[in-house]
Amino acid sequence: MGYTDIIARYSDKPGGLIEAFHAVQKELSYLPEEVIVEAARIFNVPVAQAYGVASFYSMFSTKARGKNIIRICESAPCHVAGAAEVVAAIEAELGIKAGESTADGSFALELTECVGQCQATPVITINGKAYLDVNPAKIREILAEYK
Amino acid sequence: MVNLTVDGIKISVPEGSTILQAAKEVGVSIPTLCYHPDQAVKANCRVCVCEVEGNRLLQAACAMPVFEGMTVKTRTPKVLEARRTILELILANHPQDCLNCIRNGNCELQSLAEEFAIRDNPFENKVRGLPKDFSTPALFRDPDKCVLCRRCIEACSVIQSVNALGLEGRGVHSMVVPTLGKDLLESPCIMCGQCIHACPVGAIGENEQIDEFLAALADPNKIVVTQIAPAVRVAIAEEIGMTTGDMPMNVFVQGLRQIGFDYVLHTNFTADLTIMEEGNELLKRLKEGGTLPMFTSCSPGWINFCETFYPDLTNNLSTCKSPQQMFGSLVKTYWADKMGIDPANIYSVSIMPCVAKKFEAARPEMCSSGYRDVDLVLTTREIGRLFRMSGLDFNKLPGADFDPWMGKYTGAAVIFGASGGVMEAALRTVYEVVTGNTLEDVNFTVTRGITGIKEAEVDLNGTVVKVAIANGLANARKLMDQVRAGESPYHFIEIMACPGGCIGGGGQPITKANVKRVERIDAIYVEDEACEMRKSHINPEVTAIYEDFLHEPLGHKSHELLHTHYHNANKKFL
Ligand code: FES
Ligand code: FES
Repeated sequence: MGYTDIIARYSDKPGGLIEAFHAVQKELSYLPEEVIVEAARIFNVPVAQAYGVASFYSMFSTKARGKNIIRICESAPCHVAGAAEVVAAIEAELGIKAGESTADGSFALELTECVGQCQATPVITINGKAYLDVNPAKIREILAEYK
Repeated sequence: MVNLTVDGIKISVPEGSTILQAAKEVGVSIPTLCYHPDQAVKANCRVCVCEVEGNRLLQAACAMPVFEGMTVKTRTPKVLEARRTILELILANHPQDCLNCIRNGNCELQSLAEEFAIRDNPFENKVRGLPKDFSTPALFRDPDKCVLCRRCIEACSVIQSVNALGLEGRGVHSMVVPTLGKDLLESPCIMCGQCIHACPVGAIGENEQIDEFLAALADPNKIVVTQIAPAVRVAIAEEIGMTTGDMPMNVFVQGLRQIGFDYVLHTNFTADLTIMEEGNELLKRLKEGGTLPMFTSCSPGWINFCETFYPDLTNNLSTCKSPQQMFGSLVKTYWADKMGIDPANIYSVSIMPCVAKKFEAARPEMCSSGYRDVDLVLTTREIGRLFRMSGLDFNKLPGADFDPWMGKYTGAAVIFGASGGVMEAALRTVYEVVTGNTLEDVNFTVTRGITGIKEAEVDLNGTVVKVAIANGLANARKLMDQVRAGESPYHFIEIMACPGGCIGGGGQPITKANVKRVERIDAIYVEDEACEMRKSHINPEVTAIYEDFLHEPLGHKSHELLHTHYHNANKKFL
């Protein structure tokens, strides 16, 4: 399904713009310019405003990024539990820095705020799925699921 | 009414008033930055905080409504300390280059820094280092200076319905950006410059071209000729510390001669000429079943708007060039010939209340004289700077006259500067042309004032002509949607892009409030009233140009020099 059809599914829901962005992002992993312009047209709002929404929320990206989105919580509890080492391990495994994507487009690595799983820190999420009590030794195995 | 105490003074104010408004009643002026008298409350800068008894936290005076029995303290040590810290934090992210800033001496943040005696800012200065945007010929943006008040966004979206500006990101990362974070030229910006008036600081300004002007003056081969737009005289006074409307025209002309113009002429002359052409165009369309309603075409911000948002309606636009561009093509043909001057040496400068005029003058098609018709556009503000630079005392300067052939005008041209003025001027002439009767009362007062949309009806020998007038593009949009839907009852529509018309143009002295616009409008009609001639068709220089050169309205020469065509702006992101 093209992005126009995906967006159109939400066109008469109140606040549907955000849901439409989520749905498109699920397919494309980010919100390309054409999607923002098309969504503005379908929801009958100015492009400047649709862009304001897309750029406001940290879960949306307006820049191209890897398909599988790894997010590492950098809030205090995870930080204390050693999130920095986990970041380093993922960076080493993928050969990229936080905020970057792998050259083959398979992974994007991002930092995020608390994901609400502080009972089992550090936490990472991949495409929204949470991995608890992570440590550097587990990284390779976790990533392998997505390779 | 609600009773409260402000700084120990008892007062009652209407329900729903804010602390800011109540304090004003007792003579207490609370400092503000994001607050704008004609806009919605934003309450994002916090400069206006006050103590409200019973509240642990300080409250924003611009946002907090008063309540019965409220006790407000606006200047306790705690309040002053908090405001100073807030200012220091804002200044910590603000470039420290006030001396080179286009708003030096006229900046709300600078004034606050002075009032609060900000000296050694304890916070380290950190600016984002973003590039300036000079993509349009009309205005620039300097995003590093932005204080995120969002007043420009409201001017662009609510008042103008253009939506070229919006917010990007969130929290410390948020920024005001043109559409999609691109440059202004790629956005739907129509270059009206209303954002300049809205901005409290120097984050947006006109593309200043004083250097180009001085270079032309220094060139011995150039004959520098100027035209003054109708709305400029009433406002230029404000630039040099005089009261709105108080600059006598002949003293203004002397001032322009003093700063170096070789010849001083008036756009009012071509405003009268516009009425001849546009009035006849309207009659022709009415008679021959041409596209109606016809739209006026004097306001270049409006033309940009029509080409951007209503490209399907450009046939409704009068083909008349704006008075600026009619002047431009005539000064290098008709006038050059009359004066025996080689048009190649003429450097034509227009003085405009407008920044979109800079764009209009640069349109590729605006060279029907065989040269660039208008070489340079300076705004009222830029002329104000040149006057101050030259140390002129306008209370002492003797008057001077306009140069011949294109300097005479009527009251009908004067009122082009205010919303409804083009319509009124057209009606004065069209009425006499059609009915053959003399108009007893030339004042069509229904067309006047700052009201967003005005309408009127005139009986022309049994044909009732319905007209509408809009100022501010959100108002224009309403009329355009009607036209697009085929439901417009009008024959003739006047649109001026800026609130109040050209007197509120993007190039005028910085105008925070609409009350100033109203003062300027009043000054315009005082000037019209004082004119001996008040109908365009009786201007003797207009008669002369038709006799000697143009021969007839809408004739061959007019077509070549005074009329134009429009394009689809083809903007990608609306
Ligand atoms: S003026 Fe009140 S918060 Fe800015
Ligand atoms: S939003 Fe007002 S200064 Fe930038």
